[in-house]
Amino acid sequence: MPEIVVLSGKGGTGKTSLTAAFAHLARGHVICDLDVDAPDLHLLLQPTPRRSETFRSGHEARIRAADCSRCGQCVDLCRFDAIRGDDPPVVNARQCEGCKLCVALCPQAAIDFIPRHCGDWHISDSRMGPMVHAQLRPGEENSGRLVAILREEARKLAGNLGRGLILSDGPPGVACPVISSLSGADLAIIVTEPTPSGRHDLKRVTALTAHFKIVTVVIINKGNLNPEQTAGIKSDCCQRGLPVLATLPHDPSVTAAMLAGKTVTEYTANGFSAELQAAWTGIQRHLNTVARKE
Amino acid sequence: MIIAIASGKGGTGKTTVAASLAAVWDRPLAIADLDVEAPNLHLFLHPSFSATTAAKMEVPEIDESSCNRCRACVAICQFKAIGLLGDAILTFPEMCHGCGACMAVCPQEAIRSGCRTLGAIGWGHTPEGPFLNGRLSIGEAMSPPLIRLVRRKIGILAQAENRDVILDAPPGVSCPAVNAVMAADVVVLVTEPTPFGLFDLELALDAFQSHDRRLGVVVNRAGIGNHDVYRLCERRKIPILAEIPYQDAIAEAYARGDIIARVHPEIQSRFIKLGQRLRISNNPSRCAPVREAHHA
Amino acid sequence: MSTIAVSSEGPDLDARVDPRFGRAAVFIVLDPHTMVFDYIDNGASQIRAQGAGIQAAEIVADAGAKTVLTGFVGPKAFKALRAAGVGVVQKVDGLTVREAAIRFASGMLPLDQAPSHRQARR
Repeated sequence: MPEIVVLSGKGGTGKTSLTAAFAHLARGHVICDLDVDAPDLHLLLQPTPRRSETFRSGHEARIRAADCSRCGQCVDLCRFDAIRGDDPPVVNARQCEGCKLCVALCPQAAIDFIPRHCGDWHISDSRMGPMVHAQLRPGEENSGRLVAILREEARKLAGNLGRGLILSDGPPGVACPVISSLSGADLAIIVTEPTPSGRHDLKRVTALTAHFKIVTVVIINKGNLNPEQTAGIKSDCCQRGLPVLATLPHDPSVTAAMLAGKTVTEYTANGFSAELQAAWTGIQRHLNTVARKE
Repeated sequence: MIIAIASGKGGTGKTTVAASLAAVWDRPLAIADLDVEAPNLHLFLHPSFSATTAAKMEVPEIDESSCNRCRACVAICQFKAIGLLGDAILTFPEMCHGCGACMAVCPQEAIRSGCRTLGAIGWGHTPEGPFLNGRLSIGEAMSPPLIRLVRRKIGILAQAENRDVILDAPPGVSCPAVNAVMAADVVVLVTEPTPFGLFDLELALDAFQSHDRRLGVVVNRAGIGNHDVYRLCERRKIPILAEIPYQDAIAEAYARGDIIARVHPEIQSRFIKLGQRLRISNNPSRCAPVREAHHA
Repeated sequence: MSTIAVSSEGPDLDARVDPRFGRAAVFIVLDPHTMVFDYIDNGASQIRAQGAGIQAAEIVADAGAKTVLTGFVGPKAFKALRAAGVGVVQKVDGLTVREAAIRFASGMLPLDQAPSHRQARR
């Protein structure tokens, strides 16, 4: 089952808008939003959840005020500054990393260690096909495990429904969740923009996909904002043997489609949409190459 | 005063706002880029870097000869950074959160404090003041300890010289972002007036709102979308501290790596006002929202 | 013949080999000649935030297994198994536990010297 992950490193390059458009062009495949921190794909695809599950991971400390002797030891011990106050001290769950040090050493055994509700994930129907997505609760650690769960569910779903492709909107950045989104992927699409940050992050993300030996293609979005930087990105890509599948202009129809709750290819058939269609054809060609190699 | 510039997701203009605010700040200042996965503030402020130091965190080192394999450390470690395999006691430093629990519970005192490198800290200087950034190594997953380290270093530096601090926080609302804004007096949330911006701003308000911290919003690319972001701020009683209109010229200036407050006098005056509003008082009720007539 | 442990999707010999090592549903511990087996539930691994592979290595080592048959073993679990003196055979997913054990007993499955790439840093 081929799996495509769309990444960007830096946020705001248009990754989600483009992923949604590809979901529309590909129609009927399994769609997966792996940005569990700030998922936005659902704002364009309006999925209806069919099944929702709680995501629990690790534990958090909670002090029982009635049993606490106010000795203050836990406040001093915590390396994460997660316990404050003195009458009684209180654990700030958002800062608690669940290490259990305070629980184990409390002389009154007055600290409980409770499983942590970190977020929720859903299997939904959308007009572009079945969709797997999640929402982490604010302040929770994104360990990559929720990303791994979503990918596993997407694979099961694709297998059960006989869908030929999994298209994932990847997490931002280059850390654990991104690493988790890449393991076993077949093709990475990197959406970048001609800004200093965009170019800088492109190098970091492509270093990562190279590390995992994943076939990688690049789309430059908002290319006309800085033709010089765009040319620089193209030459960076050329040096590294990364095909640039499209250079898209900054186009107000992307925001307009977002306001209408639609993908840009649904919203308009303008030149921008035509270029996206051409890019999607290019992506399919690369995917076929990958499939043949395997 | 410590000001953290944050956003519910990346790409809303967080770094642009941090750079521009730093450029117009009229008190002694220190600046730190805590977006350690993708540090980009230096691309705008162009600090001259004088040193790069390794960023290390504490991890356990077990003295096998004094260890009696009692399993106390294995049992307490919630991150599985220590394993007892048959008779072999192993550490997995890349799993370690640096909580110190293993050292605290070892009855043999057989666990020493070792260290491992997470990335680097760049020490630089800009005309606005000293500049630090954290750079997480590629493939490294453990960003919060590096964020805390840089935050602490800039705090010490600023306190010694009585400087204000501007922190460029990582985007998002998960553990790294919370770690970055934790010690801030004020959090400035940068958003844009679109459905994505609205959704991500609401998450950020849930994550960062706290009784001991002021919050305000900067609307970037004002005019491109709708008014929902303003309605949300009104409902949640969050002041809008500044609006930066969308103009092609601003987007192009940003793409060139220019500090937008330096390019346009009109934008500069907006950032000067933003700075003044941030300094007004520590009383949230006096941090009056700015609503411009066309949004009323 | 020494004891082996097979990552499995279910608690009997006809269950399929679970391709995951750390988060395998079950470990079947058996003597591949007599096919006398026992199973260890590994369901608790599902709620571990991290370190499931290392935990699983401890479980199979404590069960006395000398070899593990599974789909993919990550680098940390591989290091742990090696320290415990447990051999690793990867990429046996797609078979049932019984088939995998028979192939191993007949010498058809060589030991791996390195962790698998695909599961790297999962």
